Amino acid sequence: MQHKARIAMTAVSLLGLSMAAQAQDGERHITLASTTSTENSGLFDAIIPQFTETTGIDVRVVAVGTGQAFEIARRGDADSLLVHDTVGEERFVEEGYGTERADVMYNDFVIIGPDGDPAGIADAETVAEALSLIAEAEAPFASRGDDSGTNRAELRLWDSAGVEPGGEWYRELGSGMGPTLNTAAGMDAYVMSDRATWVAFDNPRDLELLFEGDDALFNQYGSILISAERHPHLKHDLAEQWHAWLLSEEGQQAIADFEVKGQQLFFPNAKQ
Amino acid sequence: MNDLSGRLTAEIPSLVLEGASFLHRGQVLLSPLDLRLTGCCRTLVMGPNGAGKSLLMRLAHGLLTPSKGRVHWEGRTPRQAMVFQRPVLLRRSALANLSYALAVNGTPRRLRKPRAREALERFGLATLEKRPARVLSGGEQQRLALARAWLLDPEVLFLDEPTSALDPAAIKAVEDAVQEFHQRGTRIVMSSHDLHQARRLADDVLFLCRGKVIEHAPAETFFTAPASSQARAFIRGDLVL
Amino acid sequence: MSDDANAFQTALALILGRDPDLVGIVMLSLQVSLSAVLIAALIGLPLGAALALWRFPGHGVIVVILNALMGLPPVVAGLSVYLLLSRAGPLGELGLLFTPGAMIIAQIILVLPIIAALARQQVEELFQEYREQLTSLGLSRLRMIPTLLWDARLGLVTVVLAGFGRASAEVGAVMIVGGNIDGVTRVMTTAIVLETSKGNLPLALGLGLVLLSLVALVNAGAYLMSETARRRLG
Repeated sequence: MQHKARIAMTAVSLLGLSMAAQAQDGERHITLASTTSTENSGLFDAIIPQFTETTGIDVRVVAVGTGQAFEIARRGDADSLLVHDTVGEERFVEEGYGTERADVMYNDFVIIGPDGDPAGIADAETVAEALSLIAEAEAPFASRGDDSGTNRAELRLWDSAGVEPGGEWYRELGSGMGPTLNTAAGMDAYVMSDRATWVAFDNPRDLELLFEGDDALFNQYGSILISAERHPHLKHDLAEQWHAWLLSEEGQQAIADFEVKGQQLFFPNAKQ
Repeated sequence: MNDLSGRLTAEIPSLVLEGASFLHRGQVLLSPLDLRLTGCCRTLVMGPNGAGKSLLMRLAHGLLTPSKGRVHWEGRTPRQAMVFQRPVLLRRSALANLSYALAVNGTPRRLRKPRAREALERFGLATLEKRPARVLSGGEQQRLALARAWLLDPEVLFLDEPTSALDPAAIKAVEDAVQEFHQRGTRIVMSSHDLHQARRLADDVLFLCRGKVIEHAPAETFFTAPASSQARAFIRGDLVL
Repeated sequence: MSDDANAFQTALALILGRDPDLVGIVMLSLQVSLSAVLIAALIGLPLGAALALWRFPGHGVIVVILNALMGLPPVVAGLSVYLLLSRAGPLGELGLLFTPGAMIIAQIILVLPIIAALARQQVEELFQEYREQLTSLGLSRLRMIPTLLWDARLGLVTVVLAGFGRASAEVGAVMIVGGNIDGVTRVMTTAIVLETSKGNLPLALGLGLVLLSLVALVNAGAYLMSETARRRLG
């Protein structure tokens, strides 16, 4: 009995290890570090199959905050990078981690709030005015607080509104976009979200879109090729194909065709 | 196994204790002790509770090392086995308990089951071979422990109060087993506080009181003319502390 | 709250519908957690037994560390394994990051202290009981280990189940080292986190119920097994 049990245990664990080993070679694939906004909206589920059909390359998406995505790429753990923090992206290239950065698409940020709009931002002219109204009313505002692309954009907007956010009403959550929306819904707070995550979000409760359309809310996504010099082990040729496809007519069309609830969420703007 | 039963009794080495004592947390549980156990007889270790009988058995069997002095066998260490007051049986069937002991002493796999069955038969446990050892009755468990000791073919068998928790029928079975071991040529060292049992079994008696050996005498001498007042009191049935 | 009722319906639909994606996620969850638990048991049970049988300088320190590690936050385990397996880390060459292999390693780190520490307690108790008899039979301590582990098996099943519970419930470690990649490293817990962040609470809760049923199933199997054995062995 004792004997058999031990043999069985060994066999099963060897199985586990071999399975683990199998998973790592597999077919041709690249690992893409990207943000939760693109993954959560379902964009990748829509466009990656088209890319795979054309090239035979699978794209494995690790969706994290922009800060963590940069870190993963910097350490050489991803073959490609698609994020939305133009300033950070340019710095990434300047520091020599990336060789090329290209605009891929954009969407925009929107300000969400409780349907009663206690701060009255719906009629504001600019986003700066909207934010100032929230600060004056000291209406609860849920901030990502996670150094993500959205968080960085939000902080720049407060800055331009001349407000130093803080105090009881300003809640830094340290969470992704989705959890932040969940929390905001729970405490009837204002929150800034990228439009894609907001439209795809299924738990709005009393939240609604209150402010949109200011050019300052423009949210640019860029694709970056990672330096082969720094990380020679990465699959640079496959990553280049992905990068090129995103910028190609086919890739741009795929992005334009992606809709959630009848709305286009990302607008391709690669320089042809 | 039968081929071993003709063993010459003279072969069994003597057990020697030289100034062996045992202390636990500064308390003397066994005073320095010189002792020599020779030959193939049945030694009964007697004395009131707490006299140090179990301790002496454990020192002799090598389960404990003396705090001072030494315990050794003259010439070579004999094959030994020990049966405890409460039999320690593994969480397996009666048969598996015996096969286990055989596996430990290096018996080839194909011989284990037949030998184990033979021993179960000898100790009247044949019908219980598949039963989990730990659901057997107290008497059955002790017989199984004796069967296990039997399979190890010990030259010296220690029994520490093996019958103190048993009913008369079970006591009889254990005593019969002890006699069988003896007839096979096994030296017996058994502790007991039951005078009748000692009378039935003992060749010689080792009488302990408060961690000291008071008397070591042939059984007849001990029971008819004990030398010490403690032994006299013990035999009379007075309370000896 | 209609969400709760929704979750049950969703869970039921998920189980009955046998959605291939869900089946894949469930299978991967089981494979990762069971592999981690088995490997951790192969290391942890003898390790726990050794700690029960031997006293040596530093023994107490090891026991305290093991007990403390039972409370290791999964995120910390995940982060450590991430830094280890990252290309810039010492084991980066293996290319294990963002694979099920990395998830198994991270969960081994979480489960091993539980199994070793609890096994030590179980074996120590049994050792007190068996010690004299096994010594009398002439066993060295090393040779006592298999006997003690086998005879403690009923209690050790519970120990291993506790390890499995920790492995299947944690999300922090597998999220970081697996990356929650669709079809590759997405398991039940990371899928639940993802659906929650999408605001799809009924689906998230439904997945949670599926996970719970799965764990309950494994536990029921182990319970039946050990109860049968207990009745048989007394």
